[in-house]
Amino acid sequence: MNIHIPTPLRAYTGGLETVSVAGSTVGDVFQQLTVQYPELKPHLFTPEGKLRSFVNVYLNDDDIRYLPNKEETAANETDELTIIPSIAGGASCRP
Amino acid sequence: MPTAIEETVELPKLSNDEIARYSRHLILPEVGMEGQQKLKAAKVLCVGTGGLGAPLALYLAAAGVGTIGLVDFDTVDASNLQRQIIHSTATVGKLKVDSAEIMLKGLNPTVKVIKHNTMLTSANALEILKDYDVIADGTDNFQTRYLVNDACVLLGKPNAYGSIFRFEGQASVFGTKEGPCYRCLYPEPPPPGLVPSCAEGGVLGILPGLVGVIQATETIKLILGIGEPLIGRLLLVDALGMSFRTLKLRKNPECPVCGPNPTVTELIDYDQFCGITPPSEVGPLEVARDKAVSDLPVVDGIPQISVQELKRKLDAREDVFVLDVREPHEYKIVNLGAPLIPVGEIALRTAELADKKNSEIVVHCKSGARSQRAALALKQAGFTNVSNLSGGILAWADKIDPTLPKY
Repeated sequence: MNIHIPTPLRAYTGGLETVSVAGSTVGDVFQQLTVQYPELKPHLFTPEGKLRSFVNVYLNDDDIRYLPNKEETAANETDELTIIPSIAGGASCRP
Repeated sequence: MPTAIEETVELPKLSNDEIARYSRHLILPEVGMEGQQKLKAAKVLCVGTGGLGAPLALYLAAAGVGTIGLVDFDTVDASNLQRQIIHSTATVGKLKVDSAEIMLKGLNPTVKVIKHNTMLTSANALEILKDYDVIADGTDNFQTRYLVNDACVLLGKPNAYGSIFRFEGQASVFGTKEGPCYRCLYPEPPPPGLVPSCAEGGVLGILPGLVGVIQATETIKLILGIGEPLIGRLLLVDALGMSFRTLKLRKNPECPVCGPNPTVTELIDYDQFCGITPPSEVGPLEVARDKAVSDLPVVDGIPQISVQELKRKLDAREDVFVLDVREPHEYKIVNLGAPLIPVGEIALRTAELADKKNSEIVVHCKSGARSQRAALALKQAGFTNVSNLSGGILAWADKIDPTLPKY
């Protein structure tokens, strides 16, 4: 399935806006994504493996946190995952 | 949906001049006389008069919003004008609230402009926000974002929110009773270490125009009580693909501010919450980007060298190797002729510097922050004599070679 990568994270996917990753559940797909692009991992997951609280993941138009099966939700080839990080103007830059 | 303004007040009358000015509104049945009177009665606070706040405040003034509050503590800088169209070349150096007032009054002299020339803080936010009907958050940092969100929830004021990054934008309406707040979407801000670096801090100038006008649209809809505001929806704007998407947002039942069992019942320390040092006195966008590491002799084991000292060394033909760690597109703007290895590639490309292990290396970037990181990485990789050029190429342009452009 296709995963939309937001601008701030494209630095870790070689500039790609959309990456295609296989997997049977949303959790699987995400796992596979960080295998394919290891540098993404610290930006998406805590060291304990939990999705970071400033990153939201949408399956099509729905926040996966509110899906009945959450990360266990089945992922179909035609579904789309979108990562929505928090952004703040141009000032998200700090020394 | 109900209007956001207090309906207990009697709506102000429109003069004949106002009727002429707003005729294109008045002939829209969804606005009409009553709608225009609601706009005249409305008080909107624009938090920030930067990229988002500029088009937002201009359109609100044009639309006939009676009272527009402006919060900003910054002064106008030439680098603002690429996107902050409420300011102009003639007002560079002026306070932003003063500069914005000139433009707003020029567009619509009947609008009442209330200037809050201050940084919004936990100490003053409730006092400033309480008199307004709608808050439009056009800030560009996480501390103020969470502060405005929490203050809006505590006061029960709708918040027309917008945010941008490079080519992407977000917009929503937070802080209403029925809808979610910003914390429902993002319970916590990203830690400072995981936010993009300076080199990624650019923004396409027209993007805040696009998003700011969306915020203005939502504000006007809230005042008029028409249409479907972005309550419970997040609009994503991608200027490169020119695609617009809305995603469903839910009210988080465990939200610490707007949930049924809130743990945040008063404003907190947002600098601490965001894990960063408080912003400096000057503008958030430019300064956060340009702020150099302080001019101390040694920072984290890296000696800080002044541009004057580097100039002296170069003039004396001392054996010093200067390394530029900015991005290639920055190098094209201006450079000192030094070899370029972007900070993100330093660790992978130390082999190219193998013969410099014991040479004196001076690392520079735009203003001294990225080069400090690069210097630390070099030191860790076994380079023995690495220092950081304090103030970077900007300081060089200021103090050594004023013919160089600054960006």
